[in-house]
Amino acid sequence: MTIETAAVRDSGTVLVSRLLAAGPDADLARHIACFGALDPVAAAPRLLAELEASGLTGRGGAGFAAWRKLAATARARDSAPRARPVVIANGAEGEPFSRKDETLLTNAPHLVIDGMLAAGAAVGAGELHLYASEPGLSAILGAVAERADAAGIRIVTAADTFLSGQASAVVNAIETGRPLPRDAVKHLGESGLRRRPTLLHNVETLAHIGLIARYGAAWFRAAGTPDDPGTRLVTLAGDVPRSQVLEVHGGARIDAVLAAAGAEHDRISAVLVGGYHGGWLTADQLGAGLSPAALAPYGAHPGAGILLALDRTRCAVQTTAEIVEYLAGQSARQCGPCLFGLPALAASWRELAAGVAAAESPRRAWDLADAVDGRGACAHPDGTARLSRSALRAFAADVEQHRHGRCLRATH
Amino acid sequence: MSQTISNGRPAQPGAAPALALHVDWTRCDGRGLCSEMLPEILGRDEWGYPIAAEQHRGRDIPVPAESEVAARNVMSLCPVLALRLTDPHAR
Repeated sequence: MTIETAAVRDSGTVLVSRLLAAGPDADLARHIACFGALDPVAAAPRLLAELEASGLTGRGGAGFAAWRKLAATARARDSAPRARPVVIANGAEGEPFSRKDETLLTNAPHLVIDGMLAAGAAVGAGELHLYASEPGLSAILGAVAERADAAGIRIVTAADTFLSGQASAVVNAIETGRPLPRDAVKHLGESGLRRRPTLLHNVETLAHIGLIARYGAAWFRAAGTPDDPGTRLVTLAGDVPRSQVLEVHGGARIDAVLAAAGAEHDRISAVLVGGYHGGWLTADQLGAGLSPAALAPYGAHPGAGILLALDRTRCAVQTTAEIVEYLAGQSARQCGPCLFGLPALAASWRELAAGVAAAESPRRAWDLADAVDGRGACAHPDGTARLSRSALRAFAADVEQHRHGRCLRATH
Repeated sequence: MSQTISNGRPAQPGAAPALALHVDWTRCDGRGLCSEMLPEILGRDEWGYPIAAEQHRGRDIPVPAESEVAARNVMSLCPVLALRLTDPHAR
């Protein structure tokens, strides 16, 4: 996977180089030459206020305001001072097409470490953990070995499953070795790893924190849009000239990001935004910005920053059926509604795709999404329901054609 | 659990639910006791697992004040201890 920077492509205001500004495989010397040194302890007293003013949201999928997690962890520490907080950097990239965390860890591992140290100093953490799989794992191990201040970071190998990066699964994996989601009535900030206040952020979120700790909120907001400040790492996959990771302005138009990756707009019938727990946008909707607010009307969100393009010669219904099948297979099989509901939803989509569906079959898919939504220890059923609903909305005409043995995909 | 979870609110029928029923889905295996004892709150889905009788927002199922005693009984009687009462206002 290569990195494109603004310097090598002329795509107007879409591409930007911040997280990856130190260049490919940046070692500590190049990292410091590019960003300057960071004193995490000196930055700690102002970090919470700067994060809140920055508007940074989580880049792992759920998109919570980054400062809220930090504030909750600090609050829990203050109410039980003997339980020292834990910081976890989540680099598990369960989404099959996502490569942005791997790209970040291999090219800018020191920025992730900076973010962990800054967040750790701000919450008074007693432990720092980084959870990732290869090749990011080797890169972070190499980076940790380069600096004395990172010696306390514990590196944990992430499992290679779709749900391995789900927050409670990460905590469970570090605590017990089992990368399965677990039930919780409290947020991780209150009670996470061994019941300690736990600040868990995606590695990209932490890399942004490493920059905000240096340069502040106003600098962060100089990129992106007012409602989606800063930059985002985006993985372009599917029917694009080549799969790649780009750093783009927050709120960048999806069609402009696709163009920056060399995709031909005329060839694309739809884009799955946010990954397998995301939502489909049809070709006429691609002027939408890659921000939570702009995507909400489509039932989508930026998620982990994946844009999966679908060529117009490909069947959207069949593609959705395959994704739902995959998601059903990735259930942790711990929660009944997910264990039974997702295979039922997959069967429903198989029938829709195969053209054996009756008139009421789309109704069945809608009902199954309602039946699983919110009814699991993690958000896997919720995310699968979101994907299914978005496909039923985006491809309603195509689903109807399939009932009559036809398909709306182009022939060339 | 000895804390006051009713939050001091009056237990009027039809008042905004003070409590919610949290299902630990990793424990629940659909024995059905809870839906039998709390039919006003819970039904069963097509696989036998408890589901809110009425559409609601959020992951936990609201418990109206008049069902609180029954909900506490169900919580302790669930054979796999999959139920907890949570106070959504406590956060």
